[in-house]
Amino acid sequence: MGNKKTVLVTGAAGSLAKRVIARLHGRYNVIAVDFRRKVETDADVPSYKVEMHKRGFEDIFRTHKVDAVLHIGRIFAHESDRMRRYNANVLGTKKLFELCRKYGVGQVIIHSTYFVYGASAYNPALLDEDAPLKASEVTQDLVDSVELESLAQIYLWKSPELNITILRPCNVLGPGVKNSMSLLLSRPLVPVLMGFSPLMQFLHVDDMADAMVLAFEANKPGIYNVAPEDWVAYQDAVAQCGCRRLPVLSIPPALPKLVSTLLNWNAFFPPYLVNYFKYPVIIDGRHFRDTFGWKPKRNLNDIFSYYRKNKLLAA
Amino acid sequence: MALLSFDTLKQLASVSPREALYQRLVTPELQELFARIPKPVGSFGYDPWGYNENSALLGLGVVKWLYEKYFRVEAHGLENLPARGRLLVIANHSGQLPMDGVLIGYALATNPNGPRAPRAMIERFFPTVPYLGNLLNSLGAVIGDPLNCSKMLEQEEAIIVFPEGVRGSGKLYKHRYQLQRFGNGFVHLAMAHNTPIVPVGVVGCEETMPSIANIAPLAKLLGIPYAPVAFPVPLPARVYLNFGEPIMFDGPVGDEEEVTARVEQVKERIRDLIDAGLKQRTTVY
Repeated sequence: MGNKKTVLVTGAAGSLAKRVIARLHGRYNVIAVDFRRKVETDADVPSYKVEMHKRGFEDIFRTHKVDAVLHIGRIFAHESDRMRRYNANVLGTKKLFELCRKYGVGQVIIHSTYFVYGASAYNPALLDEDAPLKASEVTQDLVDSVELESLAQIYLWKSPELNITILRPCNVLGPGVKNSMSLLLSRPLVPVLMGFSPLMQFLHVDDMADAMVLAFEANKPGIYNVAPEDWVAYQDAVAQCGCRRLPVLSIPPALPKLVSTLLNWNAFFPPYLVNYFKYPVIIDGRHFRDTFGWKPKRNLNDIFSYYRKNKLLAA
Repeated sequence: MALLSFDTLKQLASVSPREALYQRLVTPELQELFARIPKPVGSFGYDPWGYNENSALLGLGVVKWLYEKYFRVEAHGLENLPARGRLLVIANHSGQLPMDGVLIGYALATNPNGPRAPRAMIERFFPTVPYLGNLLNSLGAVIGDPLNCSKMLEQEEAIIVFPEGVRGSGKLYKHRYQLQRFGNGFVHLAMAHNTPIVPVGVVGCEETMPSIANIAPLAKLLGIPYAPVAFPVPLPARVYLNFGEPIMFDGPVGDEEEVTARVEQVKERIRDLIDAGLKQRTTVY
């Protein structure tokens, strides 16, 4: 073990965290934490099933001298109800920050999302990190994402010793990814809003894992968008992933939300994300790219071909 | 048997009607010209504001007919448009529909001295309109947000701006060629980003859709800027575009009044260019 730093990774059962752990393993002492299950890990990676807002979480900090936390885990909207999600995502993160202060953790990386900017018709393109976070204006279901962010931002100035880095990636896709967008593009038939095909950005989960590790190792606290310099319209992406389109009437605006609710599309086309399939939320990833000298290694075609091939195999 | 003959028939027709129309609109000459436009795009032909090169090319093919055959546009002073680098093209606005923007855009895109991908700032309600919002974006238009404009100038785009906005385009026929109040934003942007301003005088668009009245309550009901009482299709008026010499403004300024004075300077130039266009015109239609 020796002088190696100890890194705690949350959401360890997820595809992004798994990749991050694989990259850190060997160079650091890694601790894997997940609220869903005790993750199978390599022999020297301790693994815990614990909910962050519950008491057992502190025991990890008592047992291990944690140097850094990579907070990746979050409950998605389709995994739980609003109340439980709020508890886990917002109160859990608050608990995490408090424990980090108490036990002298020197660095925290927060995995946020571009959803916090909100999908509004009035959004300019290439949103900077200082653009207002309007997601909660659009829907109650994204309040926890926005609050998690504001919490992290409060600690960013309140506790500079925590060296907080907040990453706001665009849509992350790839093998094993189970977010809404990935579940959506894995389906053979996907809803599209008639007359709307907003521009989107996609990042391969391996590139996101590289970005996280880079942000951790370079340790330059701040808020960063993470996105490639490439853009594609949603309906083109749908076609590229080998999906057939299911047109949904887009007016009146309440209709697609109603359809999504009635047909229970909660996992892949939830009512509260409908606006993201209507208006573009294009973020400017230049700050991260310039600060960390990062560039994604996989292009849009690499990302889409995974979904395309999976459909061919299933057929 | 019937199926077989249908396939045979299909093979006999060398191209589908759709393909034939596309080939008529997008000629090899147009493609060659389009290839000369310096416009960086991503792997699927998009830029961050939704511009798409395939749509822009097809749009150019459609507008070519409008420009040459329908409005029989005469453009003067195209040599005043820089072939590269950030640029603000400032013009008077008229004619209810943004035909003037479309025609100026075509003039920019086909400028023999160096074609440019034209960008235009549009009303904020457009993205909420199905199909139309995406279509306008794919052709190069974006909502008129100062952040959009700043970032575009930083990426060396050529942007068409109508500082009169709906005050200009929605005005009645009796007010034709009377410049309305100009917003100051474009001069602020030009100074902040060290951008040359090319003034344009547009003559003829006023006569494409003469409006005798504006039904304000109907406009409010529909959530649109104005509802003109006019012939529903643009009339084939001849259009004259006069491009003036680039104007550079150095910042910073002492106060907003200084900015307004500079806006007036541009307005004055546009007034001259409109007068020149009115003199060139011998017949309205």
